[in-house]
Amino acid sequence: MGMGGMSTRKDSPAAVEANGVSKIFGDGSDKVVALDDVSVTIKQNEFFTLLGPSGCGKTTLLRLIAGFDHPNNGNILLEGDDISGLPPYQRQVNTVFQNYALFPHMTVAGNIAFGLEMLDKPRNEIDATVANMLKLVRMEELRDRQTSQISGGQQQRVALARALAPHPKVLLLDEPLSALDLKLRKEMQIELKRLQNETGITFIFVTHDQEEALTMSDRIAVMSNGNILQIGSPREIYDHPAERFVANFIGETNFLTADLVLAKNKAGKIKLSSGKTIAATLPDNHAANGKVTAVVRPEHARIVKPGTSAALEGRLDNIVYFGTDTHYHVKLGAEGDFIVRMQNSRDDAGKFAAGSKVGIAIDSNAAQVLRD
Amino acid sequence: MTELSNSAQTPTLRRPFSVRTQPGFATIAMVCFFLLYAPLLPLVVYSFNSGTSIAFWEGFSFRWYVAAWDNEFVQDATIRSVVVATSASFTATCLATMAALGTTRTRPYRGLTAIYAMINQPLMVPEIVTAVALLILFATIKAVTNYHGLAYLIIAHTAFCIPFAYMPIRARLEGMDLSLETAAADLYATPWKTFRRVTLPLVWPGVLAGLMLAFVISLDDVVITEFVKSAGQDTLPTYMLGQLRRAITPEVHAISTVLLAVSVAMVTIFFFLNRKMQ
Ligand SMILES: Nc1ncnc2c1ncn2[C@@H]1O[C@H](COP(=O)(O)OP(=O)(O)OP(=O)(O)O)[C@@H](O)[C@H]1O
Ligand SMILES: [Mg+2]
Repeated sequence: MGMGGMSTRKDSPAAVEANGVSKIFGDGSDKVVALDDVSVTIKQNEFFTLLGPSGCGKTTLLRLIAGFDHPNNGNILLEGDDISGLPPYQRQVNTVFQNYALFPHMTVAGNIAFGLEMLDKPRNEIDATVANMLKLVRMEELRDRQTSQISGGQQQRVALARALAPHPKVLLLDEPLSALDLKLRKEMQIELKRLQNETGITFIFVTHDQEEALTMSDRIAVMSNGNILQIGSPREIYDHPAERFVANFIGETNFLTADLVLAKNKAGKIKLSSGKTIAATLPDNHAANGKVTAVVRPEHARIVKPGTSAALEGRLDNIVYFGTDTHYHVKLGAEGDFIVRMQNSRDDAGKFAAGSKVGIAIDSNAAQVLRD
Repeated sequence: MTELSNSAQTPTLRRPFSVRTQPGFATIAMVCFFLLYAPLLPLVVYSFNSGTSIAFWEGFSFRWYVAAWDNEFVQDATIRSVVVATSASFTATCLATMAALGTTRTRPYRGLTAIYAMINQPLMVPEIVTAVALLILFATIKAVTNYHGLAYLIIAHTAFCIPFAYMPIRARLEGMDLSLETAAADLYATPWKTFRRVTLPLVWPGVLAGLMLAFVISLDDVVITEFVKSAGQDTLPTYMLGQLRRAITPEVHAISTVLLAVSVAMVTIFFFLNRKMQ
């Protein structure tokens, strides 16, 4: 797991720290454990993403941090202070809601000023901050518009500006881009990153879109069923998934059964069904040997001629051309399909024919052993 | 694909069921409108009759309006009606607003349905029963306190106005996006400030609608007023009822026409206010 020692630095406390947080809805037969003993530390100035399928508890965790709900167990610290008992209006945390929740009876500027007015800031300071925010989200011309008279993307910007204006310690964003079309979504992804850089505010961002998570985040927490399965940088999560669920949820991947023959800290050697032995990365505290499942990303393998450099051999079933790259589906006998994705170059055409016997070479250190 | 097949269909096949296209719709609608509005026409017309008859037209005049205006019983009853309707509708609207908040802005609790039923009870219980019940209750209080003032009427009117004020306010609150109040709390608004700055401005059209409905209902009431009022406490409708028992003159027509004009004006004002606030 990617939780380094940085987060425990004493001089600057973590932006948010959740300790053993549980949230249970309902009781008896319709009891739902939305969060099951979740602990996570989010560093200052971090773009932290909660990623997981629908119903895994992402919104619930955000609502607990914002104070809209209260945990059944555990506590939540904001910059080192326990805020578990505080109502939402006493927490220096702001939220960008999925449906924006802009006040329909106020103008764009009125919405942005709202938080500052509630904090009883002096008028001139409010005006200056609102002007700043309008500039930050590039909405100066629309300051006096009613919020019902602006587009979805513009509403999104106003929601962002409104939440950023009081300069919260942490900004919570619950799938803020899911209502936008693809093009606008890409634009707003870049915009969000820029805003985070310029304001230096910690962002906790919720999405169930793995690509969005990989491109935007400093670190990602992958959630499933009320648990955080793995926390790490996009690279760590993608290249070294620790659990079957993570490997499956993020990107495409190949699963191989193998024997762990050597384990030394995180480095190991595994013997594949073909009899070949390759190097593999192990999850933390993995048992020394036995049957394991390893994963290899399709782009971390190459199709080669059968022979010494091939870790696996099989029959080339299907070749799917995608323009920039080609997917090769190789039948590995008992283990099923193995997919290889290779960049296309000019002289590739017809090198391997469907139906022929081929070998699969695996890049060094591309194999990752799962914890299960 | 789907778009192509859609546009290929003839529009009539796709038209959803509509009552308007059913045979006889226009006739039934005309009959309904006729029954609703036709009786009002002679009322309005004969209020301008210069003779004393309510059946024979003798010429145009404002005679009966002047007569009503100069009649001190009418003046007295009008003032009383307005005082009662204003106090009762204001009080009822305040209570109804609190009731609507209490039934829509809390977690669902046991007995919530029972509370809905209780708030709407005056709509279900026959008015005459409420009237008799109030008569008996107030008679006891009058006997004990020896107070015979207007408060009884105002309290009685407040009671039966509450469900009418409650309905539009509750509808408005239920139609409101709850995340707006959550957002206000997130932006440092205390519950009171959230109510003042977000909830109230957004339910305001509902509150106004409730107020006007309550006002009109109170202004119009006969049954409960007749039972509850002390001697000499006629409101406009009970005064008119009393007049009918004697000889009917177009003066009653004139008063009715003014009442009609007032309610039409209120509904219109409300309609435009509401539209402006959308
Ligand atoms: N108020 C509630 N009452 C009962 N159950 C709830 C409540 N809120 C959430 N849940 C349940 O808790 C679980 C987690 O919900 P949550 O909203 O946190 O999911 P999510 O990860 O945000 O999903 P999505 O991606 O669909 O928004 C779900 O099973 C949900 O049904
Ligand atoms: Mg959610």
